[in-house]
Amino acid sequence: MSIFVDKNTKVLVQGITGREGQFHTRQCAAYGTRVVAGVTPGKGGQDMDGIPVFNRAKEAVAQTGANCSLIFVPPAFAADAIFEAADSGVDLIVAITEGIPVMDMMRVKNYLRNITCRLIGPNCPGIITPGACKVGIMPGPIHKPGGPIGVVSRSGTLTYEVVHQLTQQGIGQTTCIGIGGDPVNGTNFIDCLSAFQSDPETTGIVMVGEIGGTAEEDAANFITREVTKPVVGFIAGLTAPPGRRMGHAGAIISGASGTAQGKITAMKASGIHVCENLGTLGELCAKVF
Amino acid sequence: MKIHEYQAKELFRKNGVPVPNGGVAFTPEEARGVAQTLGGFPVVVKAQIHAGGRGKGGGVKLARSLEEVGALAGQIIGMTLVTPQTGPQGRLVKKVLVEQGLNIAKELYLSILPDRATAQNIIMASEAGGMDIETVAAETPEKIVKVYVDPLLGIQPYHLREAAFRLNIPAAAMKPFFALLSSLYRVFNTCDCSLVEINPLVLTAENSVIALDAKVDVDSNALFRHKDILAYRDTDEEDPLELEASKYNLNYINLGGGGNVGNMVNGAGLAMATMDIIKLAGAEPANFLDVGGGANAEMVENGFRILLSDKNVRGILINIFGGILRCDVLAQGVVTAAHKAGLNVPVVVRMEGTNVEEGRRILSESGLNLITAVDLKDAAQKVAAIVNA
Repeated sequence: MSIFVDKNTKVLVQGITGREGQFHTRQCAAYGTRVVAGVTPGKGGQDMDGIPVFNRAKEAVAQTGANCSLIFVPPAFAADAIFEAADSGVDLIVAITEGIPVMDMMRVKNYLRNITCRLIGPNCPGIITPGACKVGIMPGPIHKPGGPIGVVSRSGTLTYEVVHQLTQQGIGQTTCIGIGGDPVNGTNFIDCLSAFQSDPETTGIVMVGEIGGTAEEDAANFITREVTKPVVGFIAGLTAPPGRRMGHAGAIISGASGTAQGKITAMKASGIHVCENLGTLGELCAKVF
Repeated sequence: MKIHEYQAKELFRKNGVPVPNGGVAFTPEEARGVAQTLGGFPVVVKAQIHAGGRGKGGGVKLARSLEEVGALAGQIIGMTLVTPQTGPQGRLVKKVLVEQGLNIAKELYLSILPDRATAQNIIMASEAGGMDIETVAAETPEKIVKVYVDPLLGIQPYHLREAAFRLNIPAAAMKPFFALLSSLYRVFNTCDCSLVEINPLVLTAENSVIALDAKVDVDSNALFRHKDILAYRDTDEEDPLELEASKYNLNYINLGGGGNVGNMVNGAGLAMATMDIIKLAGAEPANFLDVGGGANAEMVENGFRILLSDKNVRGILINIFGGILRCDVLAQGVVTAAHKAGLNVPVVVRMEGTNVEEGRRILSESGLNLITAVDLKDAAQKVAAIVNA
């Protein structure tokens, strides 16, 4: 088992003919992901490595049965692409795009409340069920298929670091999800924790957070109430100065809120095994799991 | 992106948010010229820098005559203003806002910002105007009024009434308050603001409502659709190396804490975690340069040159987890930059991920004196040992 994506996931790629879109579509397909369609307005009827390209997402879904959309559309047009994907009937949208205006994401978030469709991202590496399905830009080979650990993170390369350390310890992963570094995103920690808790194959969870907002504190509260599986946690940004945006749009300490120390305290209080030194995360996981 | 108070007030004026009469001046002569058009005293002279707390640092002064306006402007322009937000090094003042004084009856606080947790816009207001809102929130949270606005719905009359009644706005000032708040929401919404703040918002003895101060931060990711606001960018207020990095689409952050380890990392999360582990190893990070996911050799080269030009740096740590950015591309960029600029500080390299063997080969055959690390912990300890030696 896994969460959100598996070998039955049929992916359409919005922005498939762009530089990033082409590159990562090939990487995903080479990993074994079923990429069934692409969408680029105005390029309908063409194909990319034999994958049919459509003008509209609805058309792509109707013709190919795609149930997931992977978005590589530039930031100025990305919110529109997410709206189009949501209205096309797919169950899952994975938005990789970095730099979408906050106002656009606020509208997306409120619109999606009334639609049964999950959004992962934006500004994220995507999601992978190792050995089965990669919908994103993460390097496939660092993952180890077969579980039993679920990984959820706000970061990209930091997630790769964590997964790499797990794999080096011989610990496989069920599903790894990057929920993105933007202040307003779709799927949050709690959605993923809840899904991992319900997934029989996942026996433990690694949660990687960073400064800014209250998502980690909220997740810690949820873990206290609902999660019985062991959780290892890490927070990036202990040394980040307040008021500075640390690369991710969402990674900023505002006044007294969003500090790493506050998050670590909340996580420890909920029984999470907090790793304070990233260099030893793999070893800690080997001990806990 | 931050903009100056006088620019924020320009946006306010254009959108119907009342502000005091006034104008910006770059010299004492210009300041006197502006004051002459205001038709009376007192006049306020305010330093224009991208930091709050200007009054506490002596950057806001009241003038009662034209001579005083000139003298005060002469003092403030050219001063290095230190406020709680500038850090101890302060900020050089290059211009002042000269404004008409008001007959103040009451001071309020008013701001609008997006709330990341609920994805709603929040109108935040308080009767405790003029004070630091963080302090008010911490000490007397009951004095803070929050009105949530669904971005799909936009501001409605009941939102205006809710804010006004909870702030005890006098009946005679209701209409002007409604007009100001709905205009302010329009600025917030149409300019993609991450914050609009008026502190203080002033009720005058004549029952008008006026924005005495104005702070506007604009979402940098939305500037592609706001060419007019982009023209407000003041590069004098930016760190020179951060500015240089932004030209190459690199994200360089000067941590400003007196550290001496320079860092090149790919990805913001990994960069923050790298800073943390350096500190744990007993050293202090000075900065980090995030080369991002899709960097090419030229971007890496420029990034490395920028890191080498930071005079505080006594050792550099390169920590790259190759995904899309391949380790061989990174290595080539580092080698080229090091050969061109000359290596004046020790460099510790830790690479993992895509094409790592090729990357390591390029570095080892480069003839450069690079120190390789087997993993993150090893890298942090090695760079700490260097700068602490």
